[in-house]
Amino acid sequence: MNEYNFAYLDEQTKRMIRRAILKGLAIPGYQVPFASREMPMPYGWGTGGVQVSAATLTPEDIFKVIDQGADDTTNAISIRKFFQKVTGIKVTDKTIDATVIQTRHRIPETSLTEDQILVYQVPIPEPLRFLEPYETETRKMHALEEYGLMYVKLYEDISRHGAIATSYAYPVKVEGRYVMDPSPIPKFDNPKMEMAAIQIFGAGREQRIYALPPYTQVVSLDFDDYPFEASKADHVCDICGSSDTYLDEVIVDDQGGRIFVCSDTDFCAAQQSAALESSE
Amino acid sequence: MAEAALKGGFENPPIDSARAFRRITNAMARPGKIETLVGATPPPPMSVAAGTVLLTLCDPDTSLALLETLNNQEIRDWVTFHTGAPIVSAQRADFVFGAWDNVRPFQTYKTGEAQYPDRSATLVIEWEELKNRGAHLQGPGIKDIAFLNLPSVQPFVENAALFPLGIDFLFCSDDQIAGLPRSTKVSESS
Repeated sequence: MNEYNFAYLDEQTKRMIRRAILKGLAIPGYQVPFASREMPMPYGWGTGGVQVSAATLTPEDIFKVIDQGADDTTNAISIRKFFQKVTGIKVTDKTIDATVIQTRHRIPETSLTEDQILVYQVPIPEPLRFLEPYETETRKMHALEEYGLMYVKLYEDISRHGAIATSYAYPVKVEGRYVMDPSPIPKFDNPKMEMAAIQIFGAGREQRIYALPPYTQVVSLDFDDYPFEASKADHVCDICGSSDTYLDEVIVDDQGGRIFVCSDTDFCAAQQSAALESSE
Repeated sequence: MAEAALKGGFENPPIDSARAFRRITNAMARPGKIETLVGATPPPPMSVAAGTVLLTLCDPDTSLALLETLNNQEIRDWVTFHTGAPIVSAQRADFVFGAWDNVRPFQTYKTGEAQYPDRSATLVIEWEELKNRGAHLQGPGIKDIAFLNLPSVQPFVENAALFPLGIDFLFCSDDQIAGLPRSTKVSESS
């Protein structure tokens, strides 16, 4: 015996996670408590997403992992290698080829399909946590649909900055019922959450799982006179020239020189190779 | 315990249950979508699909209830041997297995608590056949509208009205499964 059980976790743990995922899908936006396990990586490195992926993956899946849109960052590489080792499944960088995508803080630029599952790594699943530190209270607030405090927070943003300054982890309301933290994705990605794929959110340290079935109504909170705006840097990508993607600002020298590039590395690479082909 | 109870489990539990869970996930996330679910061979009259749900999701941590026609010695032995799940009354069960004729009224089952709506029962219902016609389904997981030959409409309308409380359903027929979570709005075919 020197092999791991398929997908690392023992079967009873996977069943527990699977039951939580199903209840999460049945009550979109509601945070289901689950008995999060120690994983062979520190909390904060995506242990929630890793446990959801471990309970979800099948031998036929093709797995992609992104961290802020990139396939080649430390977090993404280590999680990808972890699952290669403990499941032996195929992995890919290409969004269109993947069946399960684990993500930290981005939604891929390419629209996802019905045959895909998007797994989010979530640090703080409770959207009300920084407004109300007690779990007993936030539970009550969700039960009573008491979300006034969240609107006060957005209003204070406006009174202080002249606009809603929240730029990531922008709160959403799911099917007109639960206010949900979309994980720290940029608010540019919020409108994409009404998608064809299944979305599952895992918070390891905080021991919560929540989910969105396909086509679930997801509305970013706003005011009539200050409507939600999916903003991004006012630039085009300096590598591929895309004007409608989310951009990272990268410092390139010691003189303050900077460029803007797509945060989704797979999308950017595909645009470059398409441009190369058409120029040949 | 009869020898038959020892048979009919997953051949390769980690792999079979992973594949089965994907099908169950798809069924629950896309109400009305009919999926093929195989892996377990429970004693009759429990269907292959219901038996596979049972082995995929139930263990000593989950209480389950077997109703009427499914509550025979062979099935009880099979459940106990393969899962170790405690068999309890329908009022307390996390998972309830029964034929459509035996599962009503739904008021019997756990619908969750205001702060913990997930602490609710999942009903696995044996039904004659599954077809994409009949009752109209709308809500999360459905692009515009979906259809499923539900045996009745009113009980599911009442269940959906409890949202976010309520119970969730998996309909099983032979090796087929379809999901109907509490979030789905059901209406009569016009």
